Amino acid sequence: MKKSLFTVEHTRQLTADTYEMILSGDTSAITAPGQFVNLDLPGHFLRRPISICNWTDEALMLLVKVVGEGTKDLVRSVPGTELDVLSGLGNGFDISKSGAHPVLAGGGIGIAPLYGLAQRMLEAGMEPTIALGFRTARDVYYLDEFVKLGCRLLIATEDGSMGTKGFVTDCIKAVPECDYVFTCGPLPMLKAVHSLPQLKDGQFSFEARMGCGFGACMGCTIPTTDGYKRVCKDGPILFKEEIVW
Amino acid sequence: MVNLSVNLAGVELKNPIVPASGTFGYGREYAELYDINVLGSFSWKGTTRDPRLGNPQPRIAEMPSGMLNAVGLQNPGIDAVIANEVPNIAKIFSGPVIANIGGFSIEEYVENCRKLEDVEQVKILEVNISCPNVHAGGKNFGCDPCAAAEITKAVKAVTSKPVFMKLTPNVTDIAEIARACEDAGADGICLINTLLGMRINLNTRKPIIANRTGGVSGPAVFPVAVRMVWDVYEAVNIPIIGCGGVSTAEDAAEMMLAGATAVEVGAANLKDPYACKTIVENLPAVCERLGVSNIAELTGAAHR
Repeated sequence: MKKSLFTVEHTRQLTADTYEMILSGDTSAITAPGQFVNLDLPGHFLRRPISICNWTDEALMLLVKVVGEGTKDLVRSVPGTELDVLSGLGNGFDISKSGAHPVLAGGGIGIAPLYGLAQRMLEAGMEPTIALGFRTARDVYYLDEFVKLGCRLLIATEDGSMGTKGFVTDCIKAVPECDYVFTCGPLPMLKAVHSLPQLKDGQFSFEARMGCGFGACMGCTIPTTDGYKRVCKDGPILFKEEIVW
Repeated sequence: MVNLSVNLAGVELKNPIVPASGTFGYGREYAELYDINVLGSFSWKGTTRDPRLGNPQPRIAEMPSGMLNAVGLQNPGIDAVIANEVPNIAKIFSGPVIANIGGFSIEEYVENCRKLEDVEQVKILEVNISCPNVHAGGKNFGCDPCAAAEITKAVKAVTSKPVFMKLTPNVTDIAEIARACEDAGADGICLINTLLGMRINLNTRKPIIANRTGGVSGPAVFPVAVRMVWDVYEAVNIPIIGCGGVSTAEDAAEMMLAGATAVEVGAANLKDPYACKTIVENLPAVCERLGVSNIAELTGAAHR
């Protein structure tokens, strides 16, 4: 973990409530896709934990969904704004553990960490399938970016306005050879993915209301088969067999 | 050269800054970030006899200038702490440690304190009779002068270490409770624990925290803590650890002027993991500004 200043370089609105943000700064503490940053925002006491979408040596890319006053202020930060950031938090996805046919399953803003994950898997010579779920076609974002990666891409919308009608799990059932999942999204989605009979194993990214984000306050602990774990420090990624619903 | 050392009931601290219980674990997470030997001491996570899983999620809510928590004394239990944490603490910290002790009965407090008697590095027992987040968890003891006195007496009978009673602000007259503890033999008072609060989610119309209520901490409670430290300083002759909303070296000095000998820093650590280190670094300059060469001179100076 590192505490340092990042500068907002660019903010782009993707949907009614979702934004892409690029910040420049020292990303050396980030070691794996699926980790998160914790941003100090003026006027808010607690930091805001945001999943890392992608990163380079000097830049951090975030996808931010506006869910409250903090995220609203965050996406309104003008270029040049300096933010105090704790970077490289959490364990992140482990790409050394995956079957021959991994599927990356994301729902809503949970898609964010899968982009950087997919890119690193491609760099490692892996061929992930990507399955993304949205409520409607209006909520779809980052489609072009995922298409450009060149992986097999499956889309589901709840109302059928784009791709498969239904949930991300309905797409995955159509590719039964995919037996290992990397997933991030709302809890009901994670549960549905977890119960897919075709899965041998997988890594699940959880979210939580956090106090500190670095393992000190026990604000975000959840029960697992291996005892209580801190979502922020021992997670946010849990393996399939650890999860207690 | 400013002398930052303070004497807390016979225990010498190299400076008055002490991370507050529940915001510092057993030191591990912070020792990864900086050399925690810069601290005067630290108060470890409230420890009970049996392991506790704590409250259901969510445990955290936010407010302007502060936060609410209802962690519910999650801890591995006193035996596991002595077996696994105490040896690690010896590796990461060479100073005196304050052991925060929770309990659900007088017998439990006594048992926990007795078990710590041979733990050399624990120099002070901080007996938490004020956790707002566990039902019947000490809070009731901290709201009644007779019960507070009874626990103080029982604990004092089994330990040779200085005993500080950690008090809740959720009472009509905290000075009365502090006096009862002093009369029962307490070596010091630590105040304040968190203030009982609640936030409700407008969309779900339900309390945000699963436990419904949580303890309010952060800069918002600082003036409440200063006032209560002032009141207790007027009421007792034993040393006070001032706690509540301290975020800066200036806050720490203000808490000392109100009557604190040492100062605990809580929620500020969660927002900025380097908060205590920064406060320690800034203390000499604040002392120079206030014209004191010995920080201990600040204790209670606002009363004179």
